[in-house]
Amino acid sequence: MSGVVPEERRDRGTGARVGVVTFPGSLDDRDAARAVRLSGAEPVSLWHDEAALRSVDAVILPGGFSYGDYLRCGAIARFSEVMGLIADAAKSGLPVLGVCNGFQVLCESHLLPGALVRNAHLRYRNRPARMRVETAKTAWTRAYGEGAEVVFPAKHGEGRYVADEATLDELESAGRVVFRYLDNPNGAMRDIAGVCNEAGNVVGLMPHPEHAVEALTGPSTDGLGVVASVLAHLNEGAVR
Amino acid sequence: MTSRFNVVVDSVGVASATPDEKQPYAELGLKEDEYERIRDVLGRRPTQSELAMYSIMWSEHCSYKSSKVHLRQFARKNPKTDRLLAGIGENAGVVAVDDEIAVTFKVESHNHPSYVEPKQGAATGVGGIIRDILAMGARPVAVMDSLRFGDADHPDTARVLPGVVDGVGHYGNCVGLPNIGGETVFDPSYQGNPLVNALSVGIMPRRRLQSMQASGVGNAVILLGAKTGRDGIGGVSVLASATFDEDGDADSRPSVQVGDPFTEKLLIESCLELFDAGLVVGIQDLGGAGLTCALSETAAAGDGGMHVDLERVPLRAAGMEPHDILASESQERMLLIVDPAHAETVLKRAHRWGLLATEIGTVTDSGRLVVDYHGQTVVDVPPASLADEGPVYERPIAEPNDRALVAVDRAETLSRPSGDDELRQTVLDMAASPNLCDRTWVTEQYDSSVFGNTVLAAPHDAGVLRLDERTGVGIAISLDGNGRYARLDPYSGAQSALAEAYRNVATTGATPIAVTDCLNFGSPEDPHVMWQFERAVTGIADGCERLGIPVTGGNVSFYNQTGREAVHPTPVIGVLGVIDDVRGRIPVGLGEAGDTIALLGTTAEELSGSEWAWAAHRHLGGVPPKVDLDHEMKLAELLARLASTEQIAAAHDLSEGGLSQALVEAIMRSELGAQVLLPEGVDPFTYLFSESTGRVLIVIPRGQEVAVRGACEQRGVPITPLGVTDSSTDGLHLRDHFDITRDDLAAAWKGRIGAGLGE
Repeated sequence: MSGVVPEERRDRGTGARVGVVTFPGSLDDRDAARAVRLSGAEPVSLWHDEAALRSVDAVILPGGFSYGDYLRCGAIARFSEVMGLIADAAKSGLPVLGVCNGFQVLCESHLLPGALVRNAHLRYRNRPARMRVETAKTAWTRAYGEGAEVVFPAKHGEGRYVADEATLDELESAGRVVFRYLDNPNGAMRDIAGVCNEAGNVVGLMPHPEHAVEALTGPSTDGLGVVASVLAHLNEGAVR
Repeated sequence: MTSRFNVVVDSVGVASATPDEKQPYAELGLKEDEYERIRDVLGRRPTQSELAMYSIMWSEHCSYKSSKVHLRQFARKNPKTDRLLAGIGENAGVVAVDDEIAVTFKVESHNHPSYVEPKQGAATGVGGIIRDILAMGARPVAVMDSLRFGDADHPDTARVLPGVVDGVGHYGNCVGLPNIGGETVFDPSYQGNPLVNALSVGIMPRRRLQSMQASGVGNAVILLGAKTGRDGIGGVSVLASATFDEDGDADSRPSVQVGDPFTEKLLIESCLELFDAGLVVGIQDLGGAGLTCALSETAAAGDGGMHVDLERVPLRAAGMEPHDILASESQERMLLIVDPAHAETVLKRAHRWGLLATEIGTVTDSGRLVVDYHGQTVVDVPPASLADEGPVYERPIAEPNDRALVAVDRAETLSRPSGDDELRQTVLDMAASPNLCDRTWVTEQYDSSVFGNTVLAAPHDAGVLRLDERTGVGIAISLDGNGRYARLDPYSGAQSALAEAYRNVATTGATPIAVTDCLNFGSPEDPHVMWQFERAVTGIADGCERLGIPVTGGNVSFYNQTGREAVHPTPVIGVLGVIDDVRGRIPVGLGEAGDTIALLGTTAEELSGSEWAWAAHRHLGGVPPKVDLDHEMKLAELLARLASTEQIAAAHDLSEGGLSQALVEAIMRSELGAQVLLPEGVDPFTYLFSESTGRVLIVIPRGQEVAVRGACEQRGVPITPLGVTDSSTDGLHLRDHFDITRDDLAAAWKGRIGAGLGE
């Protein structure tokens, strides 16, 4: 299921360039860049309003409140200049990770199925979320053991994953539920914390791996595995 | 004037021609002699716009007219320090952390708006203090909140508290700042007048320090950010209703502003970009008093003159009069002073962030602030008369008559639990009481990790932030108050708050360097309240002088009362400390199994004003716990030392609830239990529940006991071994008295706030 890395990117490997998009209202862009840097790759800033991917090998859509999220979360961001390019590139295998608001943007962009709605308890809640990595066959989870337990901070008001039953069944049977909550914090259907597209190169999740990269500041360092995964994925593309 | 504006504008010309026109100055809160002084300053009657501006700038809120004579003590007594780069009178105080980095921090109140409309009132309180930090040239990096409500089970608390917490959380979360701590306190004195105090802290390279001066004749005056609407016009609507009775719209104005954290986020990023590009000569935020305050303060601080064309201000509402535009408190706006050669660039850069930026005037050397509206001059005043030369009052002061009676009504004489079962139950009851129970319901509505530099946040003693990833240098901040102590004795109560915040910062291993304060009091027209205020300010000023750390800024909030009953005098103190390497910070907890638990400081029988006296007897009387600042300084120095030598695994300040509560909280932050043996001969109840100041519970790693004892003796800090941390029990074992399991502790302590709100 591993994504196809475009030919021109196959010589990248761990010196990879990982783009981090800044929308107006993005809040975790610096943190995502730090996670990339700590993993030994080069973070590259991408600006919402510029149709330029700057030769990046992978893209992270960070958390925040893009454009204020006054409509539906992520609903405006999907129409930005850079998202058009990212959507096209994702279809040809560019690894894309959406965290929190970034996950919402991916759903709004129809790169991922389902939607994220108001938490069942109707409040914004900030808690470390324990999750199980359900599949290591994605560009962003291959460094984890399948079934591994990880802890990332979850902090959102609208993170309850919903989809129709058929979609949920399809996600389950195709192994596209990527992260599953062990203590569901928001009422997400089937405890789903994160999902991927069919090819496995596009992953979205609500909890924040970029806030679990240093023992000093996070509940764990489990989040480093997400960037490590995409670097391994790019590396494999380089040797294959 | 265009034909669209068919209402006659009250211009300077009109005012000169109609000197006898009656003006609603009293309705705007101005006294007759204040109104006469305005006429003297101007040599004519003020225009409507001028009257609005004077009424706002000479209000208690903006002019500090009742507090100024007392606040001068801070300047007089502040210890001299090379660290202070900007102090009282600026938007926020700025202190140097090292040769390169400076931080700026301030606490401010938003009490009244938060009672009227809890969510927006609290949200805009957070927004306002963030802009103060931004105006100094800093990137805001965190917020904190100090909240006080009526009784936990009062129905109105169920209205106000969730809204306030939602507002603080919503604004901070959306603007992307971690909330790293604060306090939530319940007391019936705040029923009908909750206190919402918000603190923000920012970081900057020292060279980026900004000025609020409108200097450089010919420089452009640019308004950046949101459009101007009718929000928060408040008192000035009197002008409309007095003059334009037929304008029904005048009554429908919201008195509380509505916050837009998204625009604030853009303002932050945009301003920082402009600072770094060296494009800003002067900057001021627009908060309370809107353009009126920003224009007069920047003009008064600069070359003394400014010309503004008011019709250029982008408006959100139709039919706004000049005085409305000048008084509007629409949020998320900044005023910039910019070299005209750079004006175009500034507008372009703001636009890149999707922000409105409009050139509305120029700096002059006329010595006058002149505001034109469609070509007619509606304001022509010396700006200092608005900003700096407002009235100053020496309000009457009188010691309350009941002081002696209150002092002898001591809590030490109240009936106490007898026997170990009742003692055990008291530990649980106190842990479950509204002021001591778990705050998670509040704090988990706040983002605490955005920016990835939060090393400690609530429920630790102080919030700790990393400032530099390479060096590990960081800061710690604590925000504390105790209205009950201050009610019993405002001087020592204020010092208690200062000492606690100071100690909390020290308990994380940081060295305190600066203070900000938010002074919440009743009506200054009540001589008893003024007495409380004078005593509290003197207590803080004396305390800071002794501790050697300056007050860098803050805020006074008067008129916190419903009817005749004022809130408890509540000075809330923020102390900021520096820590060379945040990796050495000390958390709350119990360290590892087998570590030694010890108590620093001395426990006396001090129960008056305590949480126990209130929770068990609803009693408030007597003399609050003594404050010993010399001891606090030794304690702080000791803790910093132990942190840097890694001779301390965990620590927790003793405050409300005493040793009992400190043990409960340390156990709940750990997976271990505590085996405790009280020193011989002490009264267990007193030892557990006294609120003597200057005490810290510490956990010493195995093998370090002798060294720690030596360090204590060297500094004259009493240390008492209390027991060990233990993996065989998971709760609190008080030898010879009782056992409480972790489950029992958790059942008492957790989930109370939500349950109290019916969740």
